Amino acid sequence: MNIVVLAKLVPDLVEELEIDDSGIALDMTWLRLIINELDDHAIEEAILLKERTGANVTVLAPDIEGVDDILFTAAAKGADRLIKIVGDYESGVNNLGLARVLTPVIKDLQPDLILAGVEAHEDLDGSIGPLLAGYLDLPFIGYVASIELEEGKATATKEYPGGLSAEMEVALPVVLGIQVADEPPRYVAVSKVRQAMKTAEIEELEAGDFDLSGGPTIDRMYQPEVGESATIIDGSLDDIADSLIGIFKELGVQ
Amino acid sequence: MTATAAQAPHLSLSDTFYTSLFEVENGERIRACLQCGTCSGVCPFGYLMGFPPGRMIAYLRAERFENVLESDSVWMCVSCYACTTVCPKEIPLTLGLMTRTKEELLLAGNVPTELQDALMNSQRYGNPLGESPRKRAAWTKGLDFDIPTFKEAKRPVDVLWFVSDYPSYHPRVQLTTKAMAKILRVLGVDFAILGPEENSDGDSQRLAGERGLFEMLAEKNGKAFGKYEFNEIITSDPHAFNAIKNEYPKLGINFPVQHFTEFVANRLDELKPHLRDIGEQRVTYHDPCYLGRANDIFDAPRKLLDAIPGVELVEMSHNRNNSLCCGGGGGGMWLDGFQWEKAHVRLSEWRIQEAVNVNADILAVACPYEPPRFEDAAKMVQGAGRLMVKDIAELLADSLEMEE
Repeated sequence: MNIVVLAKLVPDLVEELEIDDSGIALDMTWLRLIINELDDHAIEEAILLKERTGANVTVLAPDIEGVDDILFTAAAKGADRLIKIVGDYESGVNNLGLARVLTPVIKDLQPDLILAGVEAHEDLDGSIGPLLAGYLDLPFIGYVASIELEEGKATATKEYPGGLSAEMEVALPVVLGIQVADEPPRYVAVSKVRQAMKTAEIEELEAGDFDLSGGPTIDRMYQPEVGESATIIDGSLDDIADSLIGIFKELGVQ
Repeated sequence: MTATAAQAPHLSLSDTFYTSLFEVENGERIRACLQCGTCSGVCPFGYLMGFPPGRMIAYLRAERFENVLESDSVWMCVSCYACTTVCPKEIPLTLGLMTRTKEELLLAGNVPTELQDALMNSQRYGNPLGESPRKRAAWTKGLDFDIPTFKEAKRPVDVLWFVSDYPSYHPRVQLTTKAMAKILRVLGVDFAILGPEENSDGDSQRLAGERGLFEMLAEKNGKAFGKYEFNEIITSDPHAFNAIKNEYPKLGINFPVQHFTEFVANRLDELKPHLRDIGEQRVTYHDPCYLGRANDIFDAPRKLLDAIPGVELVEMSHNRNNSLCCGGGGGGMWLDGFQWEKAHVRLSEWRIQEAVNVNADILAVACPYEPPRFEDAAKMVQGAGRLMVKDIAELLADSLEMEE
């Protein structure tokens, strides 16, 4: 059983986001990157499946600064093979472009199961899972919260809004978009990650030129703007509390 | 079971673990354990641990340590040094047995989720709170004087102020940080901070079993210390103080360090003329584990409190060497939910009850973990409604402000 997991780095919202001079992209100067949270869940789910079934886990990631850390961390958790896709990501690569580059790579790996986080907060042209499933001509189930594997098939638990879940049986191979792993992503000790850095190997594959066609064009990127009907109360905590009490009194709150 | 036998392939898990304890300074003293049980008795959570320290040693000797590793009871250990202090054979229980056990559990991935978050944040951002590393010096805004960073100062400075995590980021603890800044200013101390170049000291992460993370953070701080010229380090955080004083040298990072209370106590004569009456206040002092028991600093904080006009210092039943932990040590700061589930009591509430019992107006503290922990606890303890929790720096700054 071969499992391929896709993981990518996205802007870390711990820092405030700034727009660069072009007005259509984030300013990357101070931006920190972090593994897409749901991709971290996808890796965890793959490792849990490996522990249950002995599957072989390959983690595949675009070569963006910090990718080595997330790949070595995955190795420390139990991933068997690490591959980064080297290419020109500087000018921005959309999911369509990424999916087109990943399609032949994934075909070569002949996986039974392809896992990816069901979404990332910087997806602008849809999430990568369904795009890949389309190019690979495979079925896709998204918002998956649990997976059971049997010979030639998987049972995925898909979450729906309103607290509903459905169990779906699907023939392998299949692309699954992971909403949450069966268990929270595990913590691996720094010493284990450092060990993995010495022992694990990251393979490099060339992306070649990205074909970004079909994606949206960004005309303008901007911070949330204050609407006309909104009032923002500024000042110290005490001032804000005073203003709020004044407003409540005005509105007749007793 | 000797150290050289560690290489033998037939060694059991208990043997290997037992031998690894000898690597800690005086670790071999564990051989002399009398099984008197004093450690388990003095442990603030010993009564509900499946495996308090004494029993852990018994299981080690019985070659059944795997039973200990299957249990999660060591996560109740707050690394408060109470067991280490009372042991008649002077076995380094906190540094050795308890911390090594946490390390084993951590390597095996058997870690409570809430602790994982703090460790992951420390790894990613250099602070356990998960705050932006760029904003480490954001607390300095709003002061009516400048706090220079070394990067800005571009010159040798007398004192490096290691601000530490909670004093930098926690809104309540920032008040104590600002108070400390005022005192340094009145004393005319030539100091600078590292700002975003500072990382968590890593001591509590180490005592929570994450040695690799501790080493990573210590290396980063060591590199930052090495970049600049200064004569000594001061810090208000006993955990940072303990790390820089006792643990960093083991990694080759050697810099003289003083806790803030010692530093100011040594300059008390300069400060005294500026101190004014803060009104009659009955004050009791909580000895932080890593200032008191772990580092024998009991008098400097009391000397400072005694110097404030209006303060009447009273002692709680647990004081000095026998002080009670606030519950925040050894990872306890990040295990509140886990420990509550197990214990349904908080060590901080026990402490607040003692302060109430001596009719204190103010509970004075000297560790950044404590103001939020004790203020939360005071809300839960009957009769603690009017008890104020103040860092010694805040009391001194209050007394200085009376002058203005």
